[in-house]
Amino acid sequence: MSVWLSGWRLVLWFVATVVVVPIAGLVLTWVDRFVSARVQWRKGPPFYQPFADVLKLLLKQTIVPEGSARTLFLFAPLLAFAGMSLVALILLSSNFGAVVSQRTSFVGDIIVLLYLFALVPLSFIVGASASRNPVAAVGASREMTIYLGYELPFVLALLVPVVKVAQRWGVASALRLGGLIAYQEQFGPFLYSISGVIAAIIILFTIQAKLGYVPFDIPEAEQEIMSGVIVEYSGAPLAAFRITRAMMFVLMPLFLVTVLWGGIRDWWALLKSLLIVVLVVLMKNTNPRLTVHQALAFFWFILTPLAIVAVVLSFIGL
Amino acid sequence: MRDLRLWGLKKSPWVYHVAAASCNNCDIEILELLPPRYDVERFGVVLVGSPRHADALLVTGVINRKSLPRVLEVYEQTPKPCLVVAVGSCACNNHIFRNSYNAVGPYDKYIPVHAYIPGCPPKPEAMILGLVKALSKL
Repeated sequence: MSVWLSGWRLVLWFVATVVVVPIAGLVLTWVDRFVSARVQWRKGPPFYQPFADVLKLLLKQTIVPEGSARTLFLFAPLLAFAGMSLVALILLSSNFGAVVSQRTSFVGDIIVLLYLFALVPLSFIVGASASRNPVAAVGASREMTIYLGYELPFVLALLVPVVKVAQRWGVASALRLGGLIAYQEQFGPFLYSISGVIAAIIILFTIQAKLGYVPFDIPEAEQEIMSGVIVEYSGAPLAAFRITRAMMFVLMPLFLVTVLWGGIRDWWALLKSLLIVVLVVLMKNTNPRLTVHQALAFFWFILTPLAIVAVVLSFIGL
Repeated sequence: MRDLRLWGLKKSPWVYHVAAASCNNCDIEILELLPPRYDVERFGVVLVGSPRHADALLVTGVINRKSLPRVLEVYEQTPKPCLVVAVGSCACNNHIFRNSYNAVGPYDKYIPVHAYIPGCPPKPEAMILGLVKALSKL
């Protein structure tokens, strides 16, 4: 990190993001359930519903299945939560830092974010494999497959803004979130170009898959494999997974806004990410679940060529 | 602390549906709770896929020698506190299988039942009332 974000400022930022982002995430989870209910002509739960769910889970009995790898089983939700907290810290502080001092992001933080985002599917796989449940094992293998599926177009789509910045300012500022935000400040958001639109569509599908929402909720299909990867989780670890999901629900749209749609500079950015959230929820409500090989084919043989086209377009400046 | 815990339980009872050898009629009526007409998600009720996530078990059907060990296992796998709601006359008191060689008695012989909802099948309104009564017992 930089000079500005160090010492007590760093601690304060971390505490603030760890408190604020889950609360915002739970509120957004309510938005998700409310919009879903309205799409289905239902009334929907009250606004405090996700908080009641998490509170109940936190205070309930936790069962560790017999014969499971106990430490790993209980450690996996914490791993996911820790990863998402770090994502929150880096994403929000580099956005805020770009406003005050230009210095709060470090070279390569986009790559760090990629790996931190990967911690969530990784912890799902670890937790499911540690639980000694055949259904969870099926879920873990599906999670692994779909992760391999969506990560390729996701990285390629992220190359689009990186290439654009690198052509003008060099690779060092292209691999910094602060560099991307500063570039968009000067030359307008990447979204308003052909390659930017394609990249945004690809990242939108990837968000859907990363959140585990309906066309891609294959690892935890409730009707076929009984919630799959989280089948053995109860009580506080399940609450930790739900909070992590809620944090992702805030952070993924904010990430898309940061890298492609002008960064989080004003209140409009929040409206933009709310729009992305509603798009994700509508996509969730109007699609059936794919099978795992359909999802893999979609990501590898439709989105990946599209992403390559976007990268080539960004090279020639479109 | 206890109040918070009770509040959480009452505001978000997640239900797991244990169909133990029922004729499927009660099960269809349970699913009738979720769509727009009754919409139990208003009260935070969600149908979950795993007994580990459940706070209430809706058991349907007459209990027999084959299904008894399974039901007991599901009950043991559910984290406590957990409510058991017997849905339908078969689950409450064996109904027309009263003298059957295979029916081993109503559920309350084996596990604590918090609410009985008679009917063949019971109406969705009756099920909501039963769930509310079971929750207010906590």
